[in-house]
Amino acid sequence: MSISSETVDQVKGLEADKYKYGFVTDIEMETAPKGLNEDIIRFISEKKEEPDWMLEWRLKAYRHWLTMKEPNWAKVGYKKIDYQDLYYYAAPKSMDRPKSLDEVDPELLKTYEKLGIPLKEQELLSGVVAVDAVFDSVSVATTYKAKLTEMGVIFCSISEAVREYPDLVKKYLGSVVPQSDNYFSALNCAVFTDGSFVYVPKGLRCPMELSTYFRINAENTGQFERTMIIADEGSYVSYLEGCTAPQRDENQLHAAVVELVALKDAEIKYSTVQNWYPGDENGAGGIYNFVTKRGACRGDNSKISWTQVETGSAVTWKYPSCILQGDNSVGEFYSVAITNNAQQADTGTKMIHLGKNTRSTIISKGISAGKADNTYRGLVKIMPKAEGARNFTQCDSLLIGNSCGAHTVPYIESRNPTARVEHEATTSKISEDQMFYCQQRGLSPEAAVSLIVNGFCKEVMKELPMEFAVEAQKLIGISLEGSVG
Amino acid sequence: MALLSIKNLHATVGGKEILKGINLELGPGEIHAVMGPNGSGKSTLSYVLAGREGYDVAKGEIVFKDKNLLDLEADERANEGIFLAFQYPVEVPGVVGMTFLREAYNAKLRYSGHKEADAMEFLKFVRSRAKTLNMSDEMLKRAVNVGFSGGEKKRNEILQMAVLEPELAILDETDSGLDIDALKLVSEGVNKLRSENRSMLIITHYQRLLNYIQPDHVHVLAHGKIQRSGGKELALELEANGYAEFSGEAA
Repeated sequence: MSISSETVDQVKGLEADKYKYGFVTDIEMETAPKGLNEDIIRFISEKKEEPDWMLEWRLKAYRHWLTMKEPNWAKVGYKKIDYQDLYYYAAPKSMDRPKSLDEVDPELLKTYEKLGIPLKEQELLSGVVAVDAVFDSVSVATTYKAKLTEMGVIFCSISEAVREYPDLVKKYLGSVVPQSDNYFSALNCAVFTDGSFVYVPKGLRCPMELSTYFRINAENTGQFERTMIIADEGSYVSYLEGCTAPQRDENQLHAAVVELVALKDAEIKYSTVQNWYPGDENGAGGIYNFVTKRGACRGDNSKISWTQVETGSAVTWKYPSCILQGDNSVGEFYSVAITNNAQQADTGTKMIHLGKNTRSTIISKGISAGKADNTYRGLVKIMPKAEGARNFTQCDSLLIGNSCGAHTVPYIESRNPTARVEHEATTSKISEDQMFYCQQRGLSPEAAVSLIVNGFCKEVMKELPMEFAVEAQKLIGISLEGSVG
Repeated sequence: MALLSIKNLHATVGGKEILKGINLELGPGEIHAVMGPNGSGKSTLSYVLAGREGYDVAKGEIVFKDKNLLDLEADERANEGIFLAFQYPVEVPGVVGMTFLREAYNAKLRYSGHKEADAMEFLKFVRSRAKTLNMSDEMLKRAVNVGFSGGEKKRNEILQMAVLEPELAILDETDSGLDIDALKLVSEGVNKLRSENRSMLIITHYQRLLNYIQPDHVHVLAHGKIQRSGGKELALELEANGYAEFSGEAA
């Protein structure tokens, strides 16, 4: 309950250090040579000890990528990316696949400790969260593995899954986001390095939150992680994802792909708190976050729910989507996107209704401060067979100051006359009246903004698992630091 | 020794001089009523005291508890013990009243170098304060002032005041928009909060409120100046004669 007072403290303590995750871990790295060609892909595949089919799959994606053009329809502007000037593989040298946590380099464990992610199992939140930590191109450690395996849950790095569970991977890899889906996803298919793999067996309600923590450390490195979650019939899983990166003057590319599959009666809840380095006040440095996230509600009565709190990154291009294939399946998208200073975000969702009586809900809260630009872009598509489909969309934008922008670009396509689609949108500013009212009750201007913004985002924040809600509330305060006065 | 001392206060809003030399002293525990016609500068006085942006002091001084109030920001003034009950309480969507109040209460504790209140203890404290005022704490479960009736908004202000225990409470037209029952309830609340450690500055158009909250002193504000001061009988006189006596006076 004392969440918002913590927010205030956090904001206060941040005068000097706005992005506290901006440190660099000094660790010897093994990298592939700079640039991208078939040899680099072979190198990555070899490093991962992948079977031939996997290499072929990567090469096919790469060849297709070469024929594609970088998309430019999003309302974001950034320096042209030189794909030959990036490292596509970086791994801590000491870390050739540790068998257990004891084998993990202490330097790395320290890094995660600094980030507030204890990897030692006994320190983890009394056993309610299992963590897979990804450091640049490799998965560092997955906790609670034994306990999960006992229940039949597979939770491991995707590299490991390719080796250990090839049939499952083959069956679902690229089935939700095809190789040729878009420029960045094709690139990811060619060079993806690591990420998490989750399989929840039939009828099991996964008793702990599964979590992945992504960390970009190395310089000039792209992070191309790939996450896959399969919820078998009647199962339930809640998955959390957190991200940070060091403070660097150059931009770093992050092009991830996330695929979710929910079979009959299954439910997947996917929550993200994204806090990649946003760049400095003038827009130098920061992460380019070009991510393709999509979930398929394959079975009847299945449900996929995306909740995201996006506070970081210099440029965000991200549309977590749901394909509602099964009858009565449900898709949800709850989003808070905050942009401050020179940040740009073009984010939203796609809800594709295929099955009968499919339902989707979209709640998007965009907050813009400084000189930032914040765009909601969404598509609700009702296909001819989606009898009785329903969608409700609410897009609210909040502006702080006079130099920022908020844009809403909703697309609605309905091909079934029985469908019901609702769209509501508001744009507001933090009023001078609200600020004075809060200050008159003793709140500092920063605390007042943080409180008002948290109130504005409430409908989304309540969707986050408790462990993440606290962190997210703090983040909101921090990322709006300096936006008033 | 006065709690609040205002000397030759001149204040402008948007470049226009509204207050033209106010002198006023409030002793500890005293209740002063400031009455006056529309546009006389009553609300400006309350905003200047609370430190609202855009209300600029051109001349004069305000001393509160021996401190130069003009050196302090609005939030610092609040934490020093000044509470303004708003004429139009502001909506804060999505922020639950209890959270809002706890933030404010903790801000004050931190300001005076104390530890923040325990959430459960605070909840009990708020309930007990609400009970003293014969008010329900139900409205603290809702977002601050969102969808509140006029009466609820004013009651909420008084409840906040009871929790934050200010040394100086400024009630800006607290009676406006209240029906007779709500007026009684709010006044009773205010009377319960009277104490020798709490001074009040009650700003109102009408004498009506002063039937319920008896002031020690009454001042008439017109044309940016205190035109007359007296005891509570002055309020009755105004009620009988109106502000005509003061309205002809040149600025």
